[in-house]
Amino acid sequence: MTKTIRYALLASTLLSGAAWAEDVTLTIESWRNDDLAIWQEKIIPAFEAANPGIKVVFAPSAPAEYNAVLNSKLDAGSAGDLVTCRPFDASLELFNKGKLADLSDMAAMANFSDVAKSAWQTDDATKTFCVPMASVIHGFIYNRAIFDELGLTPPKTEAEFFAALEKIKANGTYIPMAMGTNDQWEAATMGYQNIGPNYWKGEEGRKALIAGTSSLTDEAWVAPFRQLAKWKDYLGDGFEAQTYPDSQNLFTLGRAAIYPTGSWEIGVFGPQIGGAFEMGAFPPPVAADGDKCYISDHTDIAMGMNAATKHPEQTKKFLEWVGSSEFATLYANALPGFFSLNSAAVEMADPLAKEFVSWRETCEPTIRSTYQILSRGTPNLENETWNASANVIKGTETPEDAAKRLQDGLASWYEPQKK
Amino acid sequence: MAQRKQIRWHIAVFLAPAVLVYTAIMIVPLFGTLNLSLFNLDQGNRVFVGLRNFATLFGDPRWSDAFWNALGNNAWFFVIHMLVQNPIGVLLAALLSSPRLRGAAFYRTAIFIPTILSFVIVGFVWKLILSPIWGIAPGMLDAVGLKALFAPWLGKEEYALTTLALVSVWQFVGIPMMLIYAALLSIPDEVIEAAEMDGVTGWAQFWKIKLPLILPSIGIISVLTFVGNFNAFDLIYVTQGALAGPNFATDILGTFLYRTFFGFQLQIGDPHMGATIATAMFGIILLGVCFYLFAIQTRLRRYQF
Repeated sequence: MTKTIRYALLASTLLSGAAWAEDVTLTIESWRNDDLAIWQEKIIPAFEAANPGIKVVFAPSAPAEYNAVLNSKLDAGSAGDLVTCRPFDASLELFNKGKLADLSDMAAMANFSDVAKSAWQTDDATKTFCVPMASVIHGFIYNRAIFDELGLTPPKTEAEFFAALEKIKANGTYIPMAMGTNDQWEAATMGYQNIGPNYWKGEEGRKALIAGTSSLTDEAWVAPFRQLAKWKDYLGDGFEAQTYPDSQNLFTLGRAAIYPTGSWEIGVFGPQIGGAFEMGAFPPPVAADGDKCYISDHTDIAMGMNAATKHPEQTKKFLEWVGSSEFATLYANALPGFFSLNSAAVEMADPLAKEFVSWRETCEPTIRSTYQILSRGTPNLENETWNASANVIKGTETPEDAAKRLQDGLASWYEPQKK
Repeated sequence: MAQRKQIRWHIAVFLAPAVLVYTAIMIVPLFGTLNLSLFNLDQGNRVFVGLRNFATLFGDPRWSDAFWNALGNNAWFFVIHMLVQNPIGVLLAALLSSPRLRGAAFYRTAIFIPTILSFVIVGFVWKLILSPIWGIAPGMLDAVGLKALFAPWLGKEEYALTTLALVSVWQFVGIPMMLIYAALLSIPDEVIEAAEMDGVTGWAQFWKIKLPLILPSIGIISVLTFVGNFNAFDLIYVTQGALAGPNFATDILGTFLYRTFFGFQLQIGDPHMGATIATAMFGIILLGVCFYLFAIQTRLRRYQF
């Protein structure tokens, strides 16, 4: 009896295998195992419906292991056809080793700005090897209920920003700003990289630093540290030992008014707050009213083609679709806070996500200053920035000293900065 | 005719499994590491550089500052263990071995349990206890009117390392306690009775009779503490992350090695410099153990019963 069933199963497997044999199956390598359901239920069915004959399988691995797993799979020739790309050096290394195909001449590339593509290009920007998918935008999220209670409006300038913090502090019921320095990266990523672009003028300053025409000790790069040094008075008691999850909880429990952050929190915070209060967002404040504003619109995720794929044609077809506005709309709505890099405007349902993305219209986007090229040597500029930002907020290092230390470290190995 | 001495094959056969396994998983990797530290990348190729990596580690102020900072922190970590963990361990063992103590088995178990907990749990639990926001430490201090004494210890450069060392002491105090307890139990009753006959009782008996008899055990515990502390990594990594904040105040050789070897965030791992640090750690531990073996252990007096 069981034997018959087994044979039947075996036969049906073989038959169905034969039936699908004419279809091409593409496999996606990714670290976004959180998004498995979204890919299987929304994104892939949409592509398969429009492209009969191509099946797509989303096969993610754990984020921390992704780089190592992908490298060994590519070396062994067992990697999937589509490869989700980390920004900058991790993917660039794969491209230089010939593991990722050159996609510069794809039609979909025209849908993306130079900044959007910069994370997946060679240093001279002549070759692009991944189709940009999404970025995260930095800014401040605030608790609208607290703002209403204290009669505050979202601040536009530095002066208004500190006036608002002062008012919340004077009231005494709430912690003005939820941030801790224990994990260090909050201080650097949600502090320095969040407010910095307004001072170093986004791409202009970032490129000048890479070219060696400006240095980290210039006023444009020290000024954000001076701002951070003033934050200390508005953080909660014992912020020195406060961790990233502590800060998140302080804000979602309604105990803190303002949370310096990035858009990736939108999808996390919404369900946690569960409608207890409404959230709003404002971009990093500028020095004086009417100044041009800059935001960190950090390129985070893209997709490329395994150079050794057996189905280059179908893979490219899928990538063209990833570069389309249809994909952009699907993706941005399924994962609020991960914004499409597509130049075409994307209609989003989440009001907070809409607020974040609306800044792209008035402000110049840039990416985190330490990510491209500048973190290739020892000491590592990104890690040093974490440490320096945390020190400056705690007040154990002056902004000038911190900037000088970063500059000395960078100049010790980066040729254009050696003077 | 002289009898030919038989080759005793069984010795080799019985030793072989242990030797082979130990060679494969300990000796080969050790020499692999030593070997790796003599190479470095030059324009993408692995080239032999002799001792140049060590020259960088000790000569370049960027590397050497980090190294000496880590070594200094590690030394302080060890000092706290020697000054706090081992005396408390001896004291607890002495109390436990007292025949008048009731419920000794319960205390013994309760004190030993943290030792078998995972570092991840210990780190997480203590981080919560000491948290200025949710922790019970500020509340408890407040209850006895000492709220002013509370500080975010794990976030202050001057306290963080000592706090973590004490957490580690809390976790591992069971080990010296158990070893000393076993040593105390192995002291023959005749010796104790003879001491009592001579009127040596109570604390005098502990200091004059028992302590000299358990000194070899204390020596072994010191070596275990030394090796364990200089290889420590987990607790710091779990509570403070690989950057060992605040401002590298809790950076020990283990976390320094981890950051260098495996990389961190945008920092790409450097196996050659990592191996150099690992070799330096091996040298430090080797020196420490040799110092104990030749300078201290040979002078310890042993008593045969």
